[in-house]
Amino acid sequence: MTSFFDAVTLQAGYNAALVAIGAGLLGFAAGASGTFLFLRKRALVSDAVAHATLPGVGLAFIMMVALGGDGRNLLGLLAGSAATAWLGLLMIEWITRRTRLAEDAAIGAVLGVFFGVGIVLLTVVQTMSAGRQAGLESFLLGATAGMLREDVIVIAIGGALAVFATWLMRRPLTLVSFDSEYAAALGYDVRRIDLIMMGLVMAVTVIGLKLVGLILIVALLIIPAVTARFWTERSTHVIWIAGALGGTAGYIGAAMSATAPALPTGPIIVLASAALFVISLFFAPRRGVLAAILRHRRFQARVHRRQGLLALAARHPIHEAFTLRLLQSEGLVRRDGVPTPAGLAQAVKVARDESRWKIAREIHQDAGLTGRYDGLTPIEEVFTPDEIAEFDHRLGPPRAVEAK
Amino acid sequence: MGAEFVQFSLTPILIGVFSAIACALPGNFLILRRQALIGDAISHVVLPGIVVAFLLTGVVAAIPMLSGAAGAAIVAVVLIETVKRLGKIEPGAAMGVVFTTMFAAGVLILEQTDTSQVHLDVEHALMGNLESLIWFRAEGWHSLVDPVALAGLPDELFRIAAVCALIALLTGVFWRWLKVATFDEAFARAVGIPAAAVGIGLVVCAALAAVAAFDAVGSIIVIAMFICPPAAARLMTNRLESQLWWSVAFATLSAVLGYVLAGYGPLWFGARNAVSAAGMIATVSGLILGLACLYGPHRNRIGANRHGTP
Repeated sequence: MTSFFDAVTLQAGYNAALVAIGAGLLGFAAGASGTFLFLRKRALVSDAVAHATLPGVGLAFIMMVALGGDGRNLLGLLAGSAATAWLGLLMIEWITRRTRLAEDAAIGAVLGVFFGVGIVLLTVVQTMSAGRQAGLESFLLGATAGMLREDVIVIAIGGALAVFATWLMRRPLTLVSFDSEYAAALGYDVRRIDLIMMGLVMAVTVIGLKLVGLILIVALLIIPAVTARFWTERSTHVIWIAGALGGTAGYIGAAMSATAPALPTGPIIVLASAALFVISLFFAPRRGVLAAILRHRRFQARVHRRQGLLALAARHPIHEAFTLRLLQSEGLVRRDGVPTPAGLAQAVKVARDESRWKIAREIHQDAGLTGRYDGLTPIEEVFTPDEIAEFDHRLGPPRAVEAK
Repeated sequence: MGAEFVQFSLTPILIGVFSAIACALPGNFLILRRQALIGDAISHVVLPGIVVAFLLTGVVAAIPMLSGAAGAAIVAVVLIETVKRLGKIEPGAAMGVVFTTMFAAGVLILEQTDTSQVHLDVEHALMGNLESLIWFRAEGWHSLVDPVALAGLPDELFRIAAVCALIALLTGVFWRWLKVATFDEAFARAVGIPAAAVGIGLVVCAALAAVAAFDAVGSIIVIAMFICPPAAARLMTNRLESQLWWSVAFATLSAVLGYVLAGYGPLWFGARNAVSAAGMIATVSGLILGLACLYGPHRNRIGANRHGTP
């Protein structure tokens, strides 16, 4: 625990601190840019982009060795991965635009094929004399152990740039992901903005390759955005909440994985992100499962209360156990089911409300108002006092519910 | 094409072909139902399933691993549905949340447990090991009728052949249900076809194919085979029957050509080592799809002009 505390407070060494900061920035950038994908309902495009980076890594390594270089230069490898990821993106776009295949088929095809090509290239690299120690497999699942200081700096700077680019592009991206037709009507080039969005996603993917690995980077783009959606109904807020959630998961995950050898960075970051998701799924204030259950219970209570009071007013016996319990707890009926004076008063009020609604629906012309009758809404919330007086005039004066 | 071919290449090619066909058959319906990425999700969650099965049983044996993987696939499908309903999240994102989390959990458990004694690692799970499934006892084509040599065939061959046959059989038996439920679910329900059950059955079949193929050839090939041959077939014809046959042909072609290119291709270029067969099979299937996209007779949407956008 102390080592975890050390890592979180950046005391666990210079490299670990840089990795944690880099992961935090990357998580923020991924969460924020992933939001646009999620709102545009194209979350899984990022999975294809991520898998399409693999052939680029292999090709870049082979080319750098052929040119007499080291082959393990992180910038070179990342540039290669960006090139094939972009190619993959264009292929998806081309397939969906030019053929009758749907986008999901295009995504799956690009994902599977590019990954296959990547694996072929990796086996080629392994047979090269310079390739035996290349460690390119670490791009599959990410590896922070044994990372060079330059690599860490590349990741930290890249993460910061991605955050900046997201901030710069937030307005057009929000507009397009929220309502692309409106954006097109305003004269924005939706296709180009879509490509910018994908470019941002690609940048995040490429920067995250070494840290999280290409199989799991998609989680950083999707999970924070989905999580943030639970907490707000405003698109501008989703972006920054997703960024914050992603940043937290990245930072905590990287710090945690620095504390023990068998805690791989990528999976830990993803699991931290998933934990935040599960918490939000259940406990988010409006859209969470708990909130939905409570809302349902409240609605149920309102329906039972109303129906119970109507039964009292009509002098019908109540048999339903939940209604009886509800009315008893409010002191509206006695334990034997006989209404108390307060219960009778409430019953008269509810019965009169119901009669007023009946008149209103007969004589009022505006279906927008009478359509709000659901057997629950008090009429005072829909009609003005003048109108209600008119209904009362037709209804006659209130009468007491006489005992039989 | 002598004894060496039978010993080293015949069984991997057969296993590759059976895996490809077993995945391509359900893939046809997944593509038409816009569920192509279910295959992607399933192939990712196979890893945690296998790891958990290994933890529970402590052995690397086929049956526990296969049941673990199948269990994980079913858990994943249920979880995706739960997340989708509870959180009112669109299916793609729900899928992304579930399969990445399960995969991450699988990797973490794998790292946490001591699996150095057994051959169980992530790369093997991804890339498969098609090349190693050789037929040691074969001495030539005559071994095909020699019961002693036949007993030495790798178990994977029988498993994937059985799964492939089962899926082909199920596709044939439930053909009309599948066809109607895929194209018009409401009509299917109206005429009394249990459309929801057909949908679930299809996903279970896909999981079965993924798991069995994964056992032999790794998960890359699974994703590519679910999608590429059926997608290419979709561009060749407007009839479901012919589409199915096209997809089987494309799957077979990818498997055979991919294996041959991976095993012998580098030798033609003067290199000494073979490259990954599974990767090459996926590559070839992609090339076939690319050709179909360029030249397939039914590549355009109906009503679209030659230049794509309507």
